[in-house]
Amino acid sequence: MSSICDETYHLGEFEPRPDDDTIICRCEEITRGEIRRAIHDGMYTINEVKRFLRVGMGLCQGQSCIKIVRGIIAEELGIPMSEVNVITARSPVRPVPMGVYGNDTFDPKFLGGDEDE
Amino acid sequence: MKRYDLVVIGAGPSGLSAAIEAASHGLNTIVFDENARPGGQLFKQIHKFFGSKEHKAKIRGIDIGAKLVAEAEEVGAKVVQNATVMGIFPHKDISVMIDGEVYTCKADNIIVATGASENTLAFPGWTLPGVMGAGSAQTQMNLYGVMPGQRILMMGSGNVGLVVGMQLKQVGCELVAVVEAAPRIGGYGVHAAKLARTGVPFYLKHTILRAEGEDHVRKAVIAEVGDDWKPIPGTEKEFDVDTICLAVGLSPMYQLAMTAGCKLVDEPINGGVHPEVDEYGATSVPGVFCTGDLICIEEASSAMVKGRIAGAAAARRAGYLTEEEHAAIHKKYKDSLDQLRQGMFSGKNKGNPNIKTTAEGIPLSDSLLTHGYLKEEEVRNFPGYSHQAGGFHPVVECTQNIPCNPCQDVCPKHCITVGDQITALPTVHPEIECINCGMCVSSCPGQAIFLINEDFEPGYSAIALAYEFLPRPEKGDKGTALDRSGQPVCDAEVVDVRAAKAFDRTVVLTMKVPAEMVNKARFFVPKEAKAE
Repeated sequence: MSSICDETYHLGEFEPRPDDDTIICRCEEITRGEIRRAIHDGMYTINEVKRFLRVGMGLCQGQSCIKIVRGIIAEELGIPMSEVNVITARSPVRPVPMGVYGNDTFDPKFLGGDEDE
Repeated sequence: MKRYDLVVIGAGPSGLSAAIEAASHGLNTIVFDENARPGGQLFKQIHKFFGSKEHKAKIRGIDIGAKLVAEAEEVGAKVVQNATVMGIFPHKDISVMIDGEVYTCKADNIIVATGASENTLAFPGWTLPGVMGAGSAQTQMNLYGVMPGQRILMMGSGNVGLVVGMQLKQVGCELVAVVEAAPRIGGYGVHAAKLARTGVPFYLKHTILRAEGEDHVRKAVIAEVGDDWKPIPGTEKEFDVDTICLAVGLSPMYQLAMTAGCKLVDEPINGGVHPEVDEYGATSVPGVFCTGDLICIEEASSAMVKGRIAGAAAARRAGYLTEEEHAAIHKKYKDSLDQLRQGMFSGKNKGNPNIKTTAEGIPLSDSLLTHGYLKEEEVRNFPGYSHQAGGFHPVVECTQNIPCNPCQDVCPKHCITVGDQITALPTVHPEIECINCGMCVSSCPGQAIFLINEDFEPGYSAIALAYEFLPRPEKGDKGTALDRSGQPVCDAEVVDVRAAKAFDRTVVLTMKVPAEMVNKARFFVPKEAKAE
């Protein structure tokens, strides 16, 4: 991993592929070509690719595409997929409407539980 | 802020089992689940499950879900639906969205049972309407009563692909083919055989190149792959289909566990990235346990046992079990889990090309592994085969070491035995008289048992088989008998249709065929319907 974080590490010339226009991240409509190009431009980690292109930042939060994106990064860098991290998961892990955060005092009796001292 | 001894996240087979175990030891337990109905994926599983009695075998998944919910209620675990856990925070604070409001509570122990999500394949055209996950097709059919399409191509031959493929056929879709990149069918041979005898072809070592269509899938193009997994030019095959189902594996949904700070590991054998756990399901964060498909992609039977293990561990940590009590309970579940993890489909053996024989030393059927059906002559190699004159007797075409033994449990005469090791092949004892009750036929989750009467009438034999299609045939109906590969072999007449309550909605259909077809004919197609 240290070797690929080296900024002098070059992947060589970007070579277009016939399947470059296949959409990988459906939520944000990012293609394979865009992801490959970003890697060649120096985004060697999944979080960099995510922040640069927004892959995995849509409605499904990477549920469908991240495994494929990890595969593309591994292939471009010539490393095993196990060396490519997953994107950092943060709360809320599911889509939550903004208005919901305004209702933070919800304490329905029907849920039971003991009072926390 | 409310506090619970245990918060379980996810009301699937594992989460519910964990809650039942923990609540039964006295823990104040609550289960949050984001779906409208509890049971997780069980509520769309209309097929009968494998395993033994303690794993709720031969019961349909949907009924197992209902049983678990009832059990949870009985022991006092509270199951809350439409409750989406948004995150787990330091000190085990949990925020849940219920009815558009945020509820925050504290847990002494947390069991995360968020399950897994379907993998996708990104090929040109995969964003066209008509490409969907097999699980999605199953939801449409079994929860909403919607046919996903008319002509369907299934990508993937694991148990999900095979089971959903069968259900697609049951709702009346045409399953054009099952396509698999590996050189062997991934799921149970008996599941594949169910499809093969209805005429579904298998394309092994093939992958999808593209889906075509303007507004919707109209065509799928597949090609053979070489040993390097790359498509071989010139081997393309086209199918006119309107739907492509993807059943290409599951990945654990580790995100919530990650917000709790659990250490993750990447182990392809367990389905990829998942929280690291010890044998009790404990993660790197004290008091946070993970269970079910989240820690290892397996069948629901294993998920239930894993849930029990995590529930017992939480009870021990909360002080509701002594060390000795916990050790005894843990051992019981550990042994049960070990039973399920034997055989050629267990995590350690799955897809291993070096496994060429059963545990009994009988060569595995290559035809079953590559085409989905046994050859007639191969059936005789297995202990489930029997041949005798006069009267009905069982022929069990179960030829792989699958953890399953309902055939042994239901036979009132003990004609069929599996033994203590539940992955052993069933053995038929021809010296014991079979009473043709049909229990083995209807109970076999693999529908691999046939009751054969070689001398039914002069010149004719009779074959009783499990039948789960509508409309239900009636006695006297004429039709065509198909062989194991789905090829029509002869005319057949229905001589008996049985639908006892104990058969649990499986019909035991007996058909009469010419005597020489007794070891060939394995499926019945009514006259009006046409064989595919």
